[in-house]
Amino acid sequence: MHPRIVKLLLALGFCTSSVFPALAQTPPATDQIAKLQAQVAAAQSGADNAWMLTSAALVLMMTGPGLALFYAGLVRKKNVLATMMQSFAMMAIITVLWAVVSYSLAFDSGTSFIGGLHHVFLRGVGLTPDPDYSSTLPLQTYMIYQLMFAIITPALVTGAFAERMKFSAMALFLILWSICVYSPMAHMVWGKGGLLNAALGGRFPTLDFAGGTVVHITSGVSALICALYLGKRVGYPKEAMPPHSVVISIIGACLLWVGWFGFNAGSALSSGTLATSAFVNTHFGAAGAALSWMLAEWIRNGKPSALGAISGAVAGLVAITPAAGFVQPMSAIIIGLLAGVVCYFMVIKVKNWFGYDDSLDAFGVHGAGGTLGAILTGVFASSTINPIFRDAHGNVLPSGAIEGNWHQVLNQLVGISLAWIISIVGTLILLKLVDLTVGLRVTREQEIEGLDLSQHGEEGYDFAS
Amino acid sequence: MQKIEAVIQPSKLDAVKDALLEVGIEGMTILEARGHGRQKGHTEFYRGREYTVDLLPKIKLEMVVPDELVEKAVQAILASARSGKIGDGKIFISKIDEAIRIRNDERGPSAL
Repeated sequence: MHPRIVKLLLALGFCTSSVFPALAQTPPATDQIAKLQAQVAAAQSGADNAWMLTSAALVLMMTGPGLALFYAGLVRKKNVLATMMQSFAMMAIITVLWAVVSYSLAFDSGTSFIGGLHHVFLRGVGLTPDPDYSSTLPLQTYMIYQLMFAIITPALVTGAFAERMKFSAMALFLILWSICVYSPMAHMVWGKGGLLNAALGGRFPTLDFAGGTVVHITSGVSALICALYLGKRVGYPKEAMPPHSVVISIIGACLLWVGWFGFNAGSALSSGTLATSAFVNTHFGAAGAALSWMLAEWIRNGKPSALGAISGAVAGLVAITPAAGFVQPMSAIIIGLLAGVVCYFMVIKVKNWFGYDDSLDAFGVHGAGGTLGAILTGVFASSTINPIFRDAHGNVLPSGAIEGNWHQVLNQLVGISLAWIISIVGTLILLKLVDLTVGLRVTREQEIEGLDLSQHGEEGYDFAS
Repeated sequence: MQKIEAVIQPSKLDAVKDALLEVGIEGMTILEARGHGRQKGHTEFYRGREYTVDLLPKIKLEMVVPDELVEKAVQAILASARSGKIGDGKIFISKIDEAIRIRNDERGPSAL
């Protein structure tokens, strides 16, 4: 405020208070302090909001084009557009669904398993904060940030049934899945009154900073069920189906890595030091896992492959997701190193043992990586990074096993189990429903011709033109 | 007039083109092809499985030359395309009934 105006007000204040003592209720100094406090709060909100809107954009980028490219490069040329379209379609479909109903089901208060319907059509979701979620962010910022998570989660599931599912069936299935599996899980871990919500006093507090259970376990396990239910691609496993462009997949994986800073560091819901911790851990987890997958392949096959390196990085990013805002940086490297090796083993050995056709390794990387990461979060969580548990007097309690709280690993197992169960049961029922109404798989001829032509009437590459 | 078809290793293309130019052959068609003879493919790894890739990249040259140049052309190709290893390729020669220049309807060996 301009100094002259301040002086004028002070003068007026003195005059008023001396002539009309009854009017001098609030001394001007207190007014000023209140104004300053409001300005500081606005500055804090501004910083948080800037970071959060940026993070939301980064997370959307993870789906389009990050995941779209990553998956597309791994399929055969005849299915490249259809694969990208599955991710892109989610960007459009889930957005509308979120605004209409699924935001409310996830983040309204309701029961410990699912939210209510007060926020359908985003009623009450305005530009003022909801202190339960964040005292500095406009609620719409929170809503749009969470939307980007709701978009990428079903897009991840598409990896399991790539190259053989009807577009219409996929769209219908994932709409229902988002309502019946994603929203409840998001509610339980992050919503008000959620059963597993560590920040808001849930009964079985599961530490899941950015969605190891909500996003990766649900999508990965559901992917496994889809792969088993739909069956193998025509020609699998005899016919070689190598990626048509690892180049495109590398680009996608790198976009995922960068976008993941929004996914994890944005889950701090602030621009403060917790975001820094999550940012650093995210990067370290990715690097550790890329390294260990490369080394594992090098030892086993004599050569480290580019595809292996990027798969490792993604596995590390998945595993660090629940842990990002809870662990020390060196723990993040360890988590990454473990994730690279475990997920490598999952996709080259376990998949072949059981013979399921998880085309793009959604289960091997997201299901397994998410489960591993969630367990390790219980092991490595440190209250020095994030004092999430406090006693009745506000004293900080130990977070994870490295601080002596082995009980947290059990809590993690509760959250993990719930994620597995809701994914398996929900996915089976919904697949059956969609199969009976629309039919899930394309015909054999359509599959051989390729989904780009049969589902979309397009060709991905027409270099001759 | 005879047609010479030569399937060669892609890395030999520049040497073969230069050698043919030296014996007076300038016009030819070059195709990117895939194939194999007795040369085995290579193995690639994808997610723990080994795959044999036996469609190997090759270059195919096609040219129609006057009879008196055929043997010179063949010698030029042999000298420049040979490495001594399996996978060097093959040359096929067939008779051509007619050659026509599209621009001015010229026919016969002078159209080559």
